[in-house]
Amino acid sequence: MIKFLWKGIIRDKGRSLLPVIVVSIGVLCVVFLDGLMGGVMNNMVKMTANFQTGHLKVMTRAYNGNEAQKPNDLALLEVDELIKDLHQKYPNIDWNPRISFGGLLDIPDSRGETKAQGPVAGSAYDLLSDDSKEAERLGLQKSLIAGQLIRRSGEIIISSDFADKFNVQPGDTLTFFGSTMYGSMSFMNYAVAGVIRFGVGMLDKGAIILDLSDARQLLDMDNAAGEILGFLPDEHYDREITESIKQDFNAAYADNSDEFAPVMLQLADQNGMRDSLSYMGSVSFIMVLLLVFALSIVLWNTGVLGGIRRYNEFGVRLAIGEEKKHIYHTLLVESLLIGGVGSVIGTAFGLGISYLISIYGIDYGAMMENLSMMIDPVLRAEVTLRMFYIGFIPGVLSMLIGTALSGQAIYKRNTAMLFKELD
Amino acid sequence: MQPIISINGLVKTFPVGNGFFCALNDVNLKLGTGEFVGLVGPSGSGKTTLLNIIGSLDTPTEGKAEVLGHSIGELTAKESAALRNKDIGFIFQSYNLLPVYTVYENVEFPLLLQKMSADTRRKAIMEALDWVGLTNKEQSRPSQLSGGECQRVAIARAMVKRPAIVLADEPSANLDAKNSHNILQTMRKLNEELQTTFIFATHDEKVMQYLKRIVYLQDGEVERDETVNQPNRNE
Ligand SMILES: Nc1ncnc2c1ncn2[C@@H]1O[C@H](COP(=O)(O)OP(=O)(O)OP(=O)(O)O)[C@@H](O)[C@H]1O
Ligand SMILES: [Mg+2]
Repeated sequence: MIKFLWKGIIRDKGRSLLPVIVVSIGVLCVVFLDGLMGGVMNNMVKMTANFQTGHLKVMTRAYNGNEAQKPNDLALLEVDELIKDLHQKYPNIDWNPRISFGGLLDIPDSRGETKAQGPVAGSAYDLLSDDSKEAERLGLQKSLIAGQLIRRSGEIIISSDFADKFNVQPGDTLTFFGSTMYGSMSFMNYAVAGVIRFGVGMLDKGAIILDLSDARQLLDMDNAAGEILGFLPDEHYDREITESIKQDFNAAYADNSDEFAPVMLQLADQNGMRDSLSYMGSVSFIMVLLLVFALSIVLWNTGVLGGIRRYNEFGVRLAIGEEKKHIYHTLLVESLLIGGVGSVIGTAFGLGISYLISIYGIDYGAMMENLSMMIDPVLRAEVTLRMFYIGFIPGVLSMLIGTALSGQAIYKRNTAMLFKELD
Repeated sequence: MQPIISINGLVKTFPVGNGFFCALNDVNLKLGTGEFVGLVGPSGSGKTTLLNIIGSLDTPTEGKAEVLGHSIGELTAKESAALRNKDIGFIFQSYNLLPVYTVYENVEFPLLLQKMSADTRRKAIMEALDWVGLTNKEQSRPSQLSGGECQRVAIARAMVKRPAIVLADEPSANLDAKNSHNILQTMRKLNEELQTTFIFATHDEKVMQYLKRIVYLQDGEVERDETVNQPNRNE
């Protein structure tokens, strides 16, 4: 019987074409949007992890309590020993000390007098060790718009807004004024190696980047660091793994009441990421639900029209002795077949478009300039396993619901009228 | 003659406006195996209404209609569908073939409902197509056939399950004389070979020539019931 129905679907384009198109388009939207949101989410997670939270982050408890201020007086000490310890316990994780700090940058004129001054937000990363992945992780090379990356101690990279505002070029020497972790005044001269622009407002505002060793010297933070960021292998965030490492690490310090004892957080604990992550999950769910609803209504109407077209056919089938229930069931089976075909087509196109966008990306940087969101200005959809099946839920379900509703008409058919209707 | 259809005091009324219209009034009729009978009468005399009841598509208002031992009107929807599916074939004035299916598949449909094995189906279908002389058209679609051929497919579809009874409402109304004779000869032949009971509703003279028995209806009543001794079967 299924074969028989299948032939009917294939041959009767009026029966199948419109629903297949409707289902395909709906499924395409779901699959594509899922890919897009997955891409955006992934991107947001990646950017947030790379620049701010890591997949895991170790700080002192006191620093953590006041993290927004980047209070370096509360920084971790004996960092080398701590990292060695972390490496031993969690060998797959890449651990990276970082320091964030604030201060003033002074631009001298040719005679060494102050020409201009501006507040800056400094970030220090391990950029000079051979085995450090930090430069790559931050995408420094691709964001560089002038000059070069830091190759030696005494060099800094400055943000393009600062460079433009004060007309600073690579090769210029600038003076940084700030305070050490112990509160005394410090200053240092740096050569500008390069100018950088990430395209993300909050990363670009008055940013300077320097090597960790220079920052330690400047801030009197020998073997100290504000934060140690941990990254999972292949830079791939996994909520469960990080959660268990975090629990394990923190358990070891549970009995320690020292406010300078280290504490570990994972990505989801920071920057409201837990909410963002679950929000995205429910958006997907709601989107699928809405689509099921909307498509069902469209397909219900399509089904009603189809029922009118096939009025005669159903009449003959009733006369021949097919039960109404059986006709209704065959309609549902047809709807599963049509919904399945539409879902396959929609999924294929959705995956295709997502794939293209994952490769070429959409540059919407101009829109993002003033947003305080951690997101790459080039949008990339992501192709995930989930996208291969997620479209089938609304595709098949809406076709089934639409047919279940429209097919009810068969029960209203009066057999006593068949001879008259068919003649 | 063992009656397979027995109708006693059958009344059928339809609600019309505030009252009722009596389409069949005290009809009594017995039909046996192998009959080739026509319900004949002017338009509105109740021919189709009677076929409807015999075919278990409609139920009596009063009286009794027994078909193959089943009392029409006391059957559930499921039972009457089963009766139609197994034992009654229908032939319509306008053929009513399923347009998206081939000749073969149209004839196959009643057998699919009976959950018959593919082999048995194939044999039965080819035999039915052979009866109506359309074995060479099994892969054609109804739109590619002439009216006469369509009606022959409809006959094959009605006969393929070897029903006890075939009901045909004005089967020749859309056909020219040559095709009318052709399908009537086919049906007569099947009637004789398989002892299938054929019941026609008609006012076509050509059909009447082939009938073995004619039941004249007038205003819902049986006016005359004649057995034709020497059916005229001139081509
Ligand atoms: N469902 C119905 N509701 C009301 N009246 C009906 C209904 N069905 C049939 N009738 C009436 O019953 C009468 C008999 O109808 P029927 O269809 O049996 O006539 P018929 O002999 O087949 O006529 P024709 O030769 O024109 O097909 C007609 O007057 C018709 O109007
Ligand atoms: Mg009639």
